[in-house]
Amino acid sequence: MSHQSVSISSLKTGEQAIVLSFGCGRMVQNRLASLGFTPGAEVNVTQNYRFGPLIVTVRGARVALGRGEAAQIFVQRRSA
Amino acid sequence: MEANEILQKAAQLRSGLSTSFRDEIVKSLYTEAETIARRAVKSAADRKYDFDQKIDRLVTSPVFGLPIMLALLAVVIWLTVSGANVVSDAIASLLFWVGDQGRALFHALHIPWWITGFLWDGVYRGLAWVVSVMLPPMMIFFPAFTILEDLGYLPRVAFNLDWLYRKSGAHGKQALTMAMGFGCNAAGVVSTRIIDSPRERLIAILTNNFVPCNGRFPTLIMLSTVFVAAGFSGFTASVIAAASVVVVVMIGIAFTLLMSWLLTKTMLKGEASAFTLELPPYRVPNVWRILYTSLIDRTLFVLWRAMQTAAPAGAIIWILANVPVGNSNLAQSIADWLNPFGLLLGLDGVILLAYIIAIPANEIVVPTMMMVYTGASMMIEGPSGNQEIFNLLVHGHGWTMLTAINLMLFALLHNPCATTIITIYKETKSYKWTILSVVITLGTAILVTFLTATVARLLGWG
Repeated sequence: MSHQSVSISSLKTGEQAIVLSFGCGRMVQNRLASLGFTPGAEVNVTQNYRFGPLIVTVRGARVALGRGEAAQIFVQRRSA
Repeated sequence: MEANEILQKAAQLRSGLSTSFRDEIVKSLYTEAETIARRAVKSAADRKYDFDQKIDRLVTSPVFGLPIMLALLAVVIWLTVSGANVVSDAIASLLFWVGDQGRALFHALHIPWWITGFLWDGVYRGLAWVVSVMLPPMMIFFPAFTILEDLGYLPRVAFNLDWLYRKSGAHGKQALTMAMGFGCNAAGVVSTRIIDSPRERLIAILTNNFVPCNGRFPTLIMLSTVFVAAGFSGFTASVIAAASVVVVVMIGIAFTLLMSWLLTKTMLKGEASAFTLELPPYRVPNVWRILYTSLIDRTLFVLWRAMQTAAPAGAIIWILANVPVGNSNLAQSIADWLNPFGLLLGLDGVILLAYIIAIPANEIVVPTMMMVYTGASMMIEGPSGNQEIFNLLVHGHGWTMLTAINLMLFALLHNPCATTIITIYKETKSYKWTILSVVITLGTAILVTFLTATVARLLGWG
């Protein structure tokens, strides 16, 4: 199990991870937190086609994330 | 402790906080919420979740997402077109029959002709037209649209269209405000509050009118049924009519994107901002809620608003048609005066007059046009069947396919109705943007119809 921090947009469909930190401004981070993205939260990449927005499942909710935002959420992969 | 001491103490404590304390707060909120949820909620969530996932795979897929969206739009519009046709004639003949009875009654009571004319040929006829033209499509369109809304499909539309909006410098959520615009552009303008960035919100406000609202749908449906689908019958006719309305809607979306792009390059420069949107679980639509929302909240609300403007508009047209000017009347003279400009746009003077009278509410454009054409001062029955409308417009008033197509384009692109303009001012608090919202749309409408008319004439059509 690697402890490397990667951005959520680099994960493949079906991969699971734990949120570590954010690289975006306060405003966007607040918005992300209200959708359920907080450090320690489990996320599941539901759909990632390598272009366009991603769908990520966090705390039982499906959330669409722009690729730009997703690139600023750093996570740690969990081997499923 | 004194107030000052408390503040000092607070400041002292704050300096000792770690930078991640906000995260800690949010985390503890979620932990608490999850504990409560686990105690209180029992669910078979997993199977439901997997099922939702399968649907989402399909409707948000890069390959099938857009075709599915267009297919759903086409089905909703086809249902509206083919269903509205059946009911519309029945409602029209009933209402015009009532009008005849009322007129006969007034006649029998020896009430002066101008009172009878003003009330029955003016006010009542305006109302009857609006109800018979608008009520049937709304009764079908609104419930069908509300079902899609209730299912939770609309956020998926925003997801699918995000890349297109991003390319034109706007926000993916603009797709949602556009969807609201189908019901009513004023509602669409208010719904732009969901867009956080002021720049992107302004773009959404300024372009919302390129989506035809329910007041303009009847115009589009009538024209595509009577003209584009003329010469076909039954099922084929309804499919062709629906397809042409879908094409008009797609042209509207294309103009929304084009205008968003132009605004991004000129007056509203900037980068597309963050896109985050929750995709809610699919829900089985609640029949009663759908009926209530679509029929009471939407249909009756819009119809009532239309009737409020149709009654005075009917009265104004009757007066215009009964003030003699030379051998003609005032309505005809104004229409004649506007005619050269109208012809330049592939329209005519009566259509422009109808648009001016219909500024308070676009719903009454077609009724106004018909009333001026049939001559509201005379005791002529308004044509109710499609063939009669076709005959009146083509043989009576020289319409061609170009007139019909340009009227559809004009209806799609022209300035917002008075209610929407007022709403835009309330939302932007700026005369500049309010005026621009009119200039941009009306300018586009005039430019596009002028170009199509000119090109068509150069090619020898129309």
